[in-house]
Amino acid sequence: MSCSCHCCSPGNTSVPVIDLKDVSFSYQNGTPVIENASLRIMPGESGCIVGPNGGGKSTLLKILLGLLPVDSGSVRVFGKSPVEARRRVGYMPQYHQLDAAFPVSVLEVVLMGRVSARTLFGFRNADKDFARSVLDELGIAELEQRSFAGLSGGQRQRVLIARALAGEPELLLLDEPTANIDPGAEEQFYLILEKLRKRMTVVTVSHDLGFVHRETDLVICVNKQVVIHKPADFTAETANEIYHHDMSLIKHDHSCFCHCEGEKC
Amino acid sequence: MLMDINAILFAPEWGFLRFAILIGILISPALGVIGTLVVTRRITSLAGASAHAALGGFGLALFLQRSCGLAFVTATVGALTGSILAALTVGIVSITAKEREDTVIGAVWALGMSVGLLFLDHTPGYVDWQSYLFGNILLLSQQDLYLTLVLDVLVLVPVVTFFPQILAMLFDGTFAELRGVKGNIIYLAMLGLTALTIVLLINLVGIMLVIALLTLPAAAAGCYTAHLRSMMILGAVFNSVFVISGLVASSLLSLPSGPTIVMISGVVYVISVGIKKLRSK
Repeated sequence: MSCSCHCCSPGNTSVPVIDLKDVSFSYQNGTPVIENASLRIMPGESGCIVGPNGGGKSTLLKILLGLLPVDSGSVRVFGKSPVEARRRVGYMPQYHQLDAAFPVSVLEVVLMGRVSARTLFGFRNADKDFARSVLDELGIAELEQRSFAGLSGGQRQRVLIARALAGEPELLLLDEPTANIDPGAEEQFYLILEKLRKRMTVVTVSHDLGFVHRETDLVICVNKQVVIHKPADFTAETANEIYHHDMSLIKHDHSCFCHCEGEKC
Repeated sequence: MLMDINAILFAPEWGFLRFAILIGILISPALGVIGTLVVTRRITSLAGASAHAALGGFGLALFLQRSCGLAFVTATVGALTGSILAALTVGIVSITAKEREDTVIGAVWALGMSVGLLFLDHTPGYVDWQSYLFGNILLLSQQDLYLTLVLDVLVLVPVVTFFPQILAMLFDGTFAELRGVKGNIIYLAMLGLTALTIVLLINLVGIMLVIALLTLPAAAAGCYTAHLRSMMILGAVFNSVFVISGLVASSLLSLPSGPTIVMISGVVYVISVGIKKLRSK
């Protein structure tokens, strides 16, 4: 299904941040994960990737990062291949995928966002200053010398955002940023995200449909197929259609909460 | 007691012990680094497989030497070939197919040892295989001294040069790759150096106990610091202390040196874990 948003109309000449055309991906055993997916995100837009577990959300993110080669179709990030575009992309994995006991300080983690194949002997002072400024912006300057292992979930998550931002990305990809953190930290995270969205494209993966309520431009529903919606159009009917089983959608204020009644969810 | 220590320091007949202490101190910088990498990357079992595969190489080398007259295939060359092959095999498997790593480690571990024992069984003449399994500081030679110095250079130069990249690779390999770090090359190089370290430790503590010196000093150091760099340095200091005290104690008390060194390391490690737990309360 193609995108119906305003920016995909003919005549818009700026290079899309993300441009997927008829992308298919399957595992080595032949199980298809993504089928004929098309997705276009223009500069200034932000998106939230939602969908059921096993629907291909993380796979889509890995394709955008150039970590998985697609079977067919074209993937362009800033008009280039995902691997070529990596320098302009910031990535934040789920913090619990990392070794909780690893001996490393917060500043060292953030500096990893500025590492490259040419980083030898250590970081320049300019890199350290930049890393500190990112920590400062995220309100965690005081954590600089703390051990990453000793932080709370919410703090670790912010340090990992800082690491992604340290590379001065134009596209920020966040994998399940609100998973496993307490509601207070989640609220702070939304505020940070709102700020970041003003100066870069932010694409978030979330299994949490409630996430779409925060001024997301595009709701990208992934369940083998990719279907794009405006948050306002993301209704119970569309949710049903995408998830292939019964959903009830409760909307109030700017929030929309999806409740899945299907067995697979 | 004081007389004994005096004798260890100066008497000619204790020369072999002083030489072992010298090698133990000289290997410490490399061991501090490699041990920290093994502990933080959690590849202890991979290192164990590599150590046991060294016996396979050792057995094959002795067999070729004595049965086929290939004099250039020395025990060290054989052990090094076996341990490097094992480490790289497991490493490449873990890069390409993560879920099979555990099985491959077990296979390499047992097969390496079996190959060694089978060849040693068919090697003519007396074979002192116990020295390989449990260490024998009398076997330490000038060659070990030179190889140890080479190992220090091979380990320290790249670690100092590529430290930021190594740290990024160890902490989060995927992220490091996205930043352009050649994580797989660094990882495989690290495995090769681990194998070399293992072979040089064999005379000191033996194949069965190599794992202890590869992990305990670094693990104990990790209880006192939250930085990779200081873990490496403290690990090196710990290793020197363990080797010196272990060798001296084993001589004074007439105990086998390998197990004595490992027991001291183990006791310090357990105490360190206890101290860490107490401090975190």
